[in-house]
Amino acid sequence: MSVKTPGFSLRATPIGTLYRGGEGMWTWVLHRITGVSVFFFLFVHVLDTALVRVSPAAYDEIIATYKTPIVNLLEVGLVGAVLFHAFNGVRIILIDFWSKGPRYQRQMTWVIAAIWLLVMIPGIYFMMIHTIDALFGSTS
Amino acid sequence: MSTSVFAPRSGSRNKQRSNFELYGWLFMRVSGIILIFLVLGHLFIMNILDGGVQRINFAFVAGRWSSPFWQIWDLSMLWLALLHGGNGMRTIINDYAERDQTRFWLKMLLYVSTAFIIGLGTLVIFTFDASIG
Repeated sequence: MSVKTPGFSLRATPIGTLYRGGEGMWTWVLHRITGVSVFFFLFVHVLDTALVRVSPAAYDEIIATYKTPIVNLLEVGLVGAVLFHAFNGVRIILIDFWSKGPRYQRQMTWVIAAIWLLVMIPGIYFMMIHTIDALFGSTS
Repeated sequence: MSTSVFAPRSGSRNKQRSNFELYGWLFMRVSGIILIFLVLGHLFIMNILDGGVQRINFAFVAGRWSSPFWQIWDLSMLWLALLHGGNGMRTIINDYAERDQTRFWLKMLLYVSTAFIIGLGTLVIFTFDASIG
């Protein structure tokens, strides 16, 4: 049930706006969420890598956690977040610098979604093949 | 109730005009393009190629950082990613932290922690010693 106000509707994306509603708004929301997530991971990642200055054993121990099934799954999520942020970043640059960018911003959203899927499907396979093998594989 | 929005071009906020935000905006786009190559290359090598994360250990890092190419790659990625992310976080804090005090201290925390992580990462790359332990 929606209230009909002349010239104003909450559901449809108004013409001529980029960030109010629809693909333009939700990609903006996702861009922020993925950006913040990756930024926090960067802190953790620099700290774990810094253990190479402590000892080889300390580094190998922390890296071993990255090889466990649950953290492996989190890595897939991280790669998915980085890929979205990267592809949508290209979309933002095209909106800003390409004269036809704003007009095609909606189509570009579906193009980056398709590229994201095309990269993620083989990506998930190669990232998780060891984990799947270790959990369900018949051979050692 | 008085409004807190200044009239356009009233000059009230334009006393110390600077192009900082313009350069910040441009930096996000330029660093973003470079980071696409550096980060996606890094993720591909570390997570997908040749067994992915399963083959990473101290010896693997030692092998990579024996080459100046990967040292420069990682150093550029460290600086650009943290400055890009730090500026993004600054924008988000400015957007959502409404109280002046909260905004100020959140940004101080952000600047100090980001500087610490950039400094630590730089130190690790420059002082890495494959023969320790």
